[in-house]
Amino acid sequence: MSDASNTHKPHVVDAKILIGVWFGLLFLTFVTVAATWIDLGALNIWLALGIATVKASLVAAYFMHLRYDKPFNTLVLIAALVFLMLFIGILLLDTGQYAGDIIKGAAPALSY
Amino acid sequence: MSEHSKNLAHHFSNTEQQFESGKLGMWLFLATEILLFGGLFAAYAVYRANHPEIFAYAHQYLDRNLGALNTVVLICSSFTMAWGVRMAQLGKQKQLLWSLMLTLVLAIAFLGVKGVEYESKWKHGLLWGKNYNPVEHVEAAPAHGIVGEAAPVDPPEVPTGENASLIAPAQTGPAGLAHTSGEAAKAHEEAPDNVHIFFGIYFLMTGLHGLHVLIGMGLILWIFARSYWGHFGPDYYTPVDLVGLYWHLVDLIWIFLFPLLYLIR
Repeated sequence: MSDASNTHKPHVVDAKILIGVWFGLLFLTFVTVAATWIDLGALNIWLALGIATVKASLVAAYFMHLRYDKPFNTLVLIAALVFLMLFIGILLLDTGQYAGDIIKGAAPALSY
Repeated sequence: MSEHSKNLAHHFSNTEQQFESGKLGMWLFLATEILLFGGLFAAYAVYRANHPEIFAYAHQYLDRNLGALNTVVLICSSFTMAWGVRMAQLGKQKQLLWSLMLTLVLAIAFLGVKGVEYESKWKHGLLWGKNYNPVEHVEAAPAHGIVGEAAPVDPPEVPTGENASLIAPAQTGPAGLAHTSGEAAKAHEEAPDNVHIFFGIYFLMTGLHGLHVLIGMGLILWIFARSYWGHFGPDYYTPVDLVGLYWHLVDLIWIFLFPLLYLIR
């Protein structure tokens, strides 16, 4: 059973890639802070979340090795994220229905 | 079966299957972690959607420089952890130990900065639920200057001797007579209702994240000891890899917490 071909051989991520991702993450951290200097109204939060998603993808793909793993691990991560977005999305749809009614004057309509 | 690795558990056919199974198990656990934090992100989304004014007001009390500093610290610690896994794969024990040590130092730095932030919230009474009480902390927080109804004033002078009154004087002045700066009064007027909700969410999210940092530090320490004993190398480094995955998830969560809590316009 334990033939040599099935012995685990590590996939080593290139040092240049790790360092590049590191600097990329630091740069994007600066970008996300700088993005708050510009007023885009309701778009600001989506820009911040977009940058955070790019950073998270970099960490997952390279630091967490997903790019070199069997794709099933990525599927597990994406499945969790899809269910989370469904959960939050439907919650927001629901709470939006009641926002104007529950506490008059204290609960303005959805703005995001 | 002659080349049976000492690290291969008997219920796996080979080390490749064992490694892949361990990784899949870790990813399933990380998925449940995402859903655990997901409940708090949902609370955040619902409250922010309903009360954007609370979030816009309260986030001014968070120090975005410290938040950004902690983001940089965690990203660096994620890098040193990834570097550590690489060193384990290459069988460079000394550099593996150094990487893990640096990761631990950065984790301590993160908690140190977090401690400074929590201390300032504590001093200013900017806490969750009923503990949100900036009124009683006016003295400690002149900059925030939220002024309450019954601030104490000096007791009145009590005349004695011939002029002594039969009626005992009140010990404190009437409510609302404390000296207030114009700026402080303005801040009080601008504060929306239910600001404590923001701090409840802030402390739950950063607290659960901080707990994960603590657990991660314990795991890294364990990996550090096992690396020191020479347990890991190119043939077997699964625990280093899996602890690394856990640590990166802690970084991932913070990557979203930072803009959501600190960078509200």
